[in-house]
Amino acid sequence: MIYEELNVSRARRTMTATAQLLRALHLDGPLLVSLGLVVGFGLLVLYSAAGENVSLWTNQIIRFGIAVVAMTMLAQVPPPWLRMITPWLYAIGVVLLVAVAVLGDIGKGAQRWLDLGIVRFQPSEMMKLAVPMACAWYAHYRPLPPSFRDLLVFLLIILVPAGLIAEQPDLGTALLVSAAGGLVVLFAGLQLRYLLGGAVLAGIAIPVGWHFLHDYQRQRVLTFLDPQTDPLGAGYHIIQSQIAIGSGGVFGKGWMHGSQAQLEFLPERTTDFIFAVVGEELGLLGQCLLLAMYLSVIGRALWMANQCRDTFSRLTAGALAMTFFIYVFVNSGMVSGLLPVVGVPLPLFSYGGTSMVTLLAGFGILMSLYANRKLVSS
Amino acid sequence: MVRRRVRFKDPWIEQRSFTRRAVVGGIVATVLLAGVALRLFWLQVVQHDHYSELSQGNRVRLEPLPPDRGVMFDRKGRVLAENTPAYQLELIREQVPDLDAMLARLIELRLVEASDRDRLRRLVRSHRAFEGVPVRVQLSEEEIGRFAVHRHELPGVELKTRLARFYPYGPAAVHALGYVGTLSEADLKRVDVEQYAGLATIGKTGIEYSYEATLHGTVGHREVMVNAEGRSVEAAGRGGLPLRQREPEAGNDLYTTIDIDLQQVAEKALEGKRGAVVAIDPWSGDVLALASLPTFDPNKFARGISGPEYRALIEDPDRPLFNRVLRGIYPPGSTIKPMMALAGLEYGVIKPEDRRRCPGYFHLPGSSHRYRDWRKQGHGSVDMHEAIMTSCDVYFYGLASTLGILRVHEAMTKLGFGAPTGLDVDGERGGLVPSPDWKKKAFKRKEQQVWFPGETVITGIGQGYWLVTPMQLANAAAVIATRGRHFRPRLVAAVRDARSGTLQRRAPVALPPIELADAANWDSIIEAMVAVTSGPRGTAVVASRGAPYRIAGKTGTAQVFTVGQTEKYKESEVDERLRDHALFIAFAPADAPKLAVAVLVENGGHGSSVAAPVARALFDAYLLGKQPVPAATPVTNAPPARPAGTTP
Repeated sequence: MIYEELNVSRARRTMTATAQLLRALHLDGPLLVSLGLVVGFGLLVLYSAAGENVSLWTNQIIRFGIAVVAMTMLAQVPPPWLRMITPWLYAIGVVLLVAVAVLGDIGKGAQRWLDLGIVRFQPSEMMKLAVPMACAWYAHYRPLPPSFRDLLVFLLIILVPAGLIAEQPDLGTALLVSAAGGLVVLFAGLQLRYLLGGAVLAGIAIPVGWHFLHDYQRQRVLTFLDPQTDPLGAGYHIIQSQIAIGSGGVFGKGWMHGSQAQLEFLPERTTDFIFAVVGEELGLLGQCLLLAMYLSVIGRALWMANQCRDTFSRLTAGALAMTFFIYVFVNSGMVSGLLPVVGVPLPLFSYGGTSMVTLLAGFGILMSLYANRKLVSS
Repeated sequence: MVRRRVRFKDPWIEQRSFTRRAVVGGIVATVLLAGVALRLFWLQVVQHDHYSELSQGNRVRLEPLPPDRGVMFDRKGRVLAENTPAYQLELIREQVPDLDAMLARLIELRLVEASDRDRLRRLVRSHRAFEGVPVRVQLSEEEIGRFAVHRHELPGVELKTRLARFYPYGPAAVHALGYVGTLSEADLKRVDVEQYAGLATIGKTGIEYSYEATLHGTVGHREVMVNAEGRSVEAAGRGGLPLRQREPEAGNDLYTTIDIDLQQVAEKALEGKRGAVVAIDPWSGDVLALASLPTFDPNKFARGISGPEYRALIEDPDRPLFNRVLRGIYPPGSTIKPMMALAGLEYGVIKPEDRRRCPGYFHLPGSSHRYRDWRKQGHGSVDMHEAIMTSCDVYFYGLASTLGILRVHEAMTKLGFGAPTGLDVDGERGGLVPSPDWKKKAFKRKEQQVWFPGETVITGIGQGYWLVTPMQLANAAAVIATRGRHFRPRLVAAVRDARSGTLQRRAPVALPPIELADAANWDSIIEAMVAVTSGPRGTAVVASRGAPYRIAGKTGTAQVFTVGQTEKYKESEVDERLRDHALFIAFAPADAPKLAVAVLVENGGHGSSVAAPVARALFDAYLLGKQPVPAATPVTNAPPARPAGTTP
């Protein structure tokens, strides 16, 4: 005992001021550095992609500032509190989704926003955090691995909001929310036989689900299978994005020198297709460097999750880490033509406010769980 | 069957299972991202030459083709808003030797406003050097001529045509139709930016704003050849391949409920005054005329209003941009007396034959404060019918204080006051029906939150805190006209789908009707309102003289400022802006109503002399087809004939 305390105090004395500050704020140094590298890289590329529109760039910095504040604040919330408010957060989210469905504001052709007077709020964004937390909350009170009945409960927790979001229609977010919840179930120890059974069911569900897709959603899948069918519409994105990446080569055409991006051949170059700008201007090296940065974020987050000592913390943290990976994979896969075009931004990189705030808020939660990993009793 | 057993949470097993799966997750992530990297390697190294070539040969860019905005018609199919070709000046920076000198020259030639110089300089600099930037839109014929003469000294400035919104009737019905104006940063936040590529304007107010999504249409695209720097070049095709094009889809056409003849009658009748007129078909809620005076020319906005012109509109003390019909709130004055009487009958507080003595003033028991009647010597003994006909204040002071503010509030809310009527155009205000609850919320200081009995008294004649919009008054008149049937007022009756050409009519929206305990009460009220315009002592007999149909109406006068207890209000002595507002609500024919009208004349004095004749003009025009003024013909030739002040 005494020996340990001595050790701790010595460690504390030798800590640098920065480390002390981080510790006091419950922030994790290595994760912060990885996140900072990604965001810094992102701002660099966005500056080039935005062309002469500097206000877009400054907007992104402001949003980043807001997101950092959100992250730091959430890192201060003790895990038991997080666990306590989870069911409420989830319930509010579902109510808001219903409200959007009933009286939402039609923004950009889809009913996703709720006009709260001052701000327009997208409840589906909040569910990206609330759904995995709700699953982890349920798992926390159940013996694991989950029984069949538990699985049904998980399914209900996930599918109610996912269904409401898919109705908006926002298939991309619905899939991400389902994936986040599904990851919790996987981490909770879902038996292999259920996993295989689920895969078989999904195989059956695909042709059935096809009938429930909106026309434009079907179009996206068809376009993915053969971009040339709609070269002036959705296919244009994929074709131009591959030309941008492919013409970049190993070293790229140089920062601010991508002809595809600078001459506006590449659509959505500041948002969903910014990864193609990296490819064109900074080449294979730039893109691999970025993927490595993302991998370091994911690895560190998974490691932190594994250090947590209670079920809720561990599952939430693990799901947040892997959701982040899914974002990276889906976006980079879509831009490089491996996956169909779904509206998923490149995390912490694409221009756009809500997703940046949600992501860093998630990492704030993760840091709080990690900082208090040993204090929590289950 | 699986063996049933009680299971407990086992932290150790859970932790081990999690660690195992986290490791698997990490491996999966690494492998999949490596897969992406492999794909990138394929694109960037193996296929590099192929894509490099494609990029070099990427000579075709998508250019947006803006859709045609939907046309607006009046109820008889006359065009109220259309798109006509307009000429604009575009400046290409790289072809202009000295931008500042060129702008100075354009200003000298009066082709560009001097006050626009800095804005234009910024605008031109924010575009690519080879892009044409519109520096002046909608040129007049004379300006086109002036440009043609000096063209040789203006290198890099070109005359281009494009479609622009044009309102053939000019200022008529502008507060209903609204207008399109220059697309602003704020506008771009509420719409899909891609859909507005290549467009400079968007609906700003009225129907143009509220039906933006219906009117707009879908943007199209076409491929254009560009050279290595991204400049467009003329070419027949791409290596023999024709350039592809996807046509834009035009917006849907709207059939409004406006009757432009009636609208012009209303505007003519109010000419030179500030005020509002609304005319509603009580059986459908169709708004046939919606006029707010003074008005302005929406074509100015559609062609890009200049700074000084806009400032003049904003700083005009008569506030032409202000929509008095939907956003102007005024005390309703005596116009609500029939409705107060209806509330009295319905709550059983009065009977039509009950008489009350009017000595020219009213006071509450135990108070010496005198609430004066508009007629100093009083009306003598009056029953309900006479009280409405002569607009006796004392009768209604008494009625309101017997009813009490809560019942007044309840009844008036049912008649549509205190909330927007639900017109299908944004921006309508709700006004206010005062109540003790409202007063508690509205005031901060405790002593101001108390509801005084005297405040109930003046509510009886539509004064005090009570505020209504002209729209609400017309709506209430329509409800009385139909004896309680209630339709949501609307400005758009049908939409023509641009793609299929089918006309989709919208059924009138019926709101819950107002059911009276005794339907005969409607008749008592309506008869009294008829007496207002035709009875022996009616306050608006002037308005119905010689009319071959019966008008049910009620005059009103809303105080703008309060006259002291011992003072006397003398119209001639009061500054014009502080004079009373004149009000009139009416519907006709009284037995089978076809039109319900509300008229407001700001600082017009008495409702009977100023507002009632306006309503009469509308009834004559609508019911008899009489046109007191020769109907203005729309200007059919679009610009270059300058569309300013289009109605002759």
